[in-house]
Amino acid sequence: MNARLLGPLVALASGLIFGLGLLISGMNNPAKVRAFLDVFAAWDPSLIAVMGSAIPVFALFFYFSKRRKTPFCATAFHEPKLTRIDLRLLAGALLFGIGWGLVGLCPGPALVNLLAFEPGVLIFVLALLAGNRIAHWLVGPVR
Amino acid sequence: MNEFIPELIGGTLIGLAASLLWLGIGRISGMTGVLSSLFLLREKQRYWALWFLAGLVLAYPLYLALGYSAAIVVTNNTLLLGSAGLLVGFGTYIGNGCTSGHGVCGMGRLSLRSAVATVTFMVAGVATVAVMNLAGGIL
Repeated sequence: MNARLLGPLVALASGLIFGLGLLISGMNNPAKVRAFLDVFAAWDPSLIAVMGSAIPVFALFFYFSKRRKTPFCATAFHEPKLTRIDLRLLAGALLFGIGWGLVGLCPGPALVNLLAFEPGVLIFVLALLAGNRIAHWLVGPVR
Repeated sequence: MNEFIPELIGGTLIGLAASLLWLGIGRISGMTGVLSSLFLLREKQRYWALWFLAGLVLAYPLYLALGYSAAIVVTNNTLLLGSAGLLVGFGTYIGNGCTSGHGVCGMGRLSLRSAVATVTFMVAGVATVAVMNLAGGIL
């Protein structure tokens, strides 16, 4: 099978596995995420285990990928080039964190919950897309 | 410790999915990038994001078809949902990433930029929930 066919399959499988991971871990559930962020009251620390396992697993494969010049089904690795810690990064992360705390949804879980047709999630996703476009018009193209 | 097993399995799957995308096609599995790509489909190199998104969205019906259930407990306050969505959409766009791109992939790449972003949105999230509790629990 050639790379042109495999590439999309790899992306589809990756999205599917990513989504199952979000569902199995409970990271898709806004109430659980808010309990995780509720450090000073009814704290549920269990989501630490999600980041605590996802990060080292990816770090391991990322480290080994350094031995390869190209990925298996594409011509180049597209590693993010930005390294600067600037006001734009900090402001973005701050606004994102506030929105995340308000209802307990970040983009991945919001998208994985889409076909549950939960009205709250649908409203959030529409506003999420609008926020993405407003930022695009105000600050310019994706860096 | 046993109560953390679903979280560990889920997290491991997330890490494996990110690794598959990276080793397979050399892309970072960041949801912010995937979202932005929806508006950049005149660029052929963005097509992968559609496939990834299709897989992500199909995970829920697949999970149900396999006989599992996933709780989704969320506020029904439209104003809160709308403002949260706008803030998350705006913030992740200008900050170039969210929990997946900065939190999982960036941290895994040992990127200082992503570590700073992750600490910032975590602290902001914790502070927001704490302030809402103080304000009397709008949720």
